[in-house]
Amino acid sequence: MPRRLATLLPFFLSFPGLALAEGGKKGMPQLDFANKLLLSQVVWLAIIFFALYLLLSQWGLPRVASVLAERARRIKGDLDAARAAKQTADDAIAELNAAARHAHAEAGAAIAGATERAKREALAHASALDARLKADLEAAEARIVAAEQVAMGALREAARETTVTLITRLTGLAPAAGAVAAAVEQALAARAVG
Amino acid sequence: MAVLAAEGSAIDALGQFRLAHGLGEIGGAVNFTNANEIMLLAGAVLLGLLYFGMKPRAIVPGRLQALVEYLHDFIYNMCLDQIGEEGKRFFPFIFTLFTFILIGNLLGLFPYFFTFTSHIMVTGALAILVIVLVTLVALRIHGLRFFTYFFPAGVPKLLAPLIIPIEILSYLSRPVSLSIRLFANMTAGHVMFEVFASFMIMLVGALGAFGYVLAVAPLAINIALMGFEILVAFLQAYVFAILTCIYLHDAVHLH
Repeated sequence: MPRRLATLLPFFLSFPGLALAEGGKKGMPQLDFANKLLLSQVVWLAIIFFALYLLLSQWGLPRVASVLAERARRIKGDLDAARAAKQTADDAIAELNAAARHAHAEAGAAIAGATERAKREALAHASALDARLKADLEAAEARIVAAEQVAMGALREAARETTVTLITRLTGLAPAAGAVAAAVEQALAARAVG
Repeated sequence: MAVLAAEGSAIDALGQFRLAHGLGEIGGAVNFTNANEIMLLAGAVLLGLLYFGMKPRAIVPGRLQALVEYLHDFIYNMCLDQIGEEGKRFFPFIFTLFTFILIGNLLGLFPYFFTFTSHIMVTGALAILVIVLVTLVALRIHGLRFFTYFFPAGVPKLLAPLIIPIEILSYLSRPVSLSIRLFANMTAGHVMFEVFASFMIMLVGALGAFGYVLAVAPLAINIALMGFEILVAFLQAYVFAILTCIYLHDAVHLH
């Protein structure tokens, strides 16, 4: 057992130095400059790194960038479309409101116009009726006057004939027609008839 | 995390960082390494992710596409926030840098996979690439006015002999700290994995059945370490990328 434990000794010894001392018999391979592979790996590194840089800058990264640009373009397009749609909706609402207001005003005007027209018509109707009634009244009055005059004319004739007849019967003499007419007129005027 | 190699009693914690030839005979002929294999795999994973993720080109993305788009936007916003409007031009570079390091870190966590970000030569090369790019960008945009960067306006002329060397030193230390931070983090994490995993095998080897019971403790530690290392993988890639962005901001705006 002690022999076996002894085999662990190198580990404990080398641990503090992270085993660098243990490998120290040849030194670090990274610093073994006698090895020509140390330099050749750098030459190949240069070739591989340069090739990788060319491939990435010419092919790989533009490929990613194009997808990212396409996405950004698409998102911007969608946002613009949404904004345009909102604008259209806003315009439509404004148009609707304007139309409603316009219709409201038009209806108000139509009502006012109709009321005015109805009033005017009623007024015209009333005045026409009035005029017709007035005309009827005047005609009736004229007819009355005419009838009165006819009646008055007949009265004079009757008075004259009565007067002539009376005088003739009483005196036996026929009076002069002019004198009789004048006397009748005088008598009628005195009674204020006609 | 490379192969658990507890050869006898010795813990070979650094063996996992040893480079070997990759891709068989042909790879061997051009000194292609196992680190480069994982680099190729990282590139393939990234390109595959982009290809299959973006294949649907959906307006409402699925899971994989959302992942790719999130990754894209994450780096893109980082560039814009840190560098400003000019950050768009550097976005492909920052994206390549971040994803390459991130996938390299993550792939390294798989058993038997080489962790190429644990090599100072690799992180150093990337850091030098960054600092050269930053300097070239600054020179291109500001011309010789770039050198006023090392002597900020408003500082007394008397302090010039002190300020200028300090500023130059701090500028030159950028790639050093950038590369060592990533290399040291990845190396330390993977060494810890190896140490605790080897300890489990040694416990079993030394104590038999009782060793299996005791080995639960290092196993639990390794499980916790794995969670921690996944965090580190993201964090270090992020730190590398954001520091590059900050340096580029300085280059573009000169303070």
